[in-house]
Amino acid sequence: MLHFLLDPFALGFMRRALAGCLALSVAAPPLGVFLVLRRMSLMSDVLQHGVLPGIAVGAIVAGLSVWAMGFGGVVAGLAVALLAGFLARRTGGREDSQLAGVYLLALAAGVALISAQHSIDLTHVLFGNVLAVDDTTLLGMAGVSTVTLAALALIWRPLVLESLDPGFMAATSGKGGLWHLVFLILVVLCVVSGFVALGTLMAVGLMMLPAIAARHWSNSLGGQVRVSVLLACLSSAGGLIASYNWDIPAGPAIVLTAGFLWLLSMLAGPRASVWRQAIPHA
Amino acid sequence: MITLDNIELRHGARVVLSGLSGTIPSGSLTALVGANGAGKTTLLRAIAGLHPLADGRIDRHGLPAGDIALLAQGSHLDRSFPITCHDVVALAATRQGPFRAIGRDRLQATSDALARVGLADMATRPIQALSAGQFQRVLFARTIVQDAKLILLDEPFTAVDAATTHVLLSVLEDWHAQGRTVVAVLHDMDMVRRHFPNTLRLNGHAALWEIGAGLQAA
Repeated sequence: MLHFLLDPFALGFMRRALAGCLALSVAAPPLGVFLVLRRMSLMSDVLQHGVLPGIAVGAIVAGLSVWAMGFGGVVAGLAVALLAGFLARRTGGREDSQLAGVYLLALAAGVALISAQHSIDLTHVLFGNVLAVDDTTLLGMAGVSTVTLAALALIWRPLVLESLDPGFMAATSGKGGLWHLVFLILVVLCVVSGFVALGTLMAVGLMMLPAIAARHWSNSLGGQVRVSVLLACLSSAGGLIASYNWDIPAGPAIVLTAGFLWLLSMLAGPRASVWRQAIPHA
Repeated sequence: MITLDNIELRHGARVVLSGLSGTIPSGSLTALVGANGAGKTTLLRAIAGLHPLADGRIDRHGLPAGDIALLAQGSHLDRSFPITCHDVVALAATRQGPFRAIGRDRLQATSDALARVGLADMATRPIQALSAGQFQRVLFARTIVQDAKLILLDEPFTAVDAATTHVLLSVLEDWHAQGRTVVAVLHDMDMVRRHFPNTLRLNGHAALWEIGAGLQAA
């Protein structure tokens, strides 16, 4: 058993992957909690597909540099997020079909661009590759995590108010759009920073699944954020262990672990879970 | 004092209100009535500076935006949000800038406001646990904390039980007694007659100012 748990981390690249994923686990899930509360879960879908063409263009222009691919991903992610926001305003909130259109287009464009580049393995971009987590990537993940946590602490109160009651925010200070934009930038940064280890399609899983699970554990915002971070850290460690022992790509293994914890929370968590609703006064 | 000078309001291309002029004197208590779609909500938002004027102008006589409180219909607010009653009310302190510390006086004002609407013992409860009436009390407490000179209320008593209406009406009368200007969109004509000295009735494109104690038609 101990071998099962510890052997993976005897390897340097696994330790680097763990450090990177833990860094992401501290920063991304709090953003996921806000995405859920703002009813923007679909936005995470749009972003995971939307960053792909940017990463491809980054690789075409500057070769296989993590910074170039990351920069391209951030630019593409922001463009898609702003386009989605624009469509949402134009259609008065009935944007889901148009968002689906945006991310299908982005995914197809990204896959086409990357497949044309024979130097890049599409599977690694989509689902991650722990072997590729070098010191540069690790520094990037830790840096994004640090920036995200600092920025989130700074904009916490206006972000809470804007998420709770955007109308009130607009009427009193009129700067709701600014906090929304800062928040979107942080989300894009976190999605992109996870792509080397987890893959573009899976990075969002570490952001959203712990956040969705957290509402079965706490009914305060701070509580949900803490629980989501804890669940994400467990998923990262558990996923990497499973990935090593059973030879599954790290991204899907981590997201499967997070998904398992979510199902567990939904079935047996202390709040609004199946177990709670079956025995209301337990 | 708020002066409306021949204003026209539109939603897209559709004119909801046109040619409206008149004055809302400082310290007056005005009911805004009219059929659905007559432009009541749009007019409130325009007075608050949140809806553009297609024509005419609104003179607020130097009243800063921070001195206007608009209580929109509560149904737009997400009631499943994990936050306590106390925090919803205390967040109104962001009027003084979102990064300013919420000092002891603001916390005291928050507790006082919650006590005024009869929710002193509910302060630490999450808003999910509240009934529609209790939630409207929270929103009134938040409006109290905003401490504005002009208070605009959009259908404040819709979907609210009789006991709550009674408490909230008394808050409204406090505001009137304190010399604040209050405009409320209402449907209950009986309540309008009993509690509101002034009425503005919007009726299609024609508006009728019903002059009470202090209202002057232009």
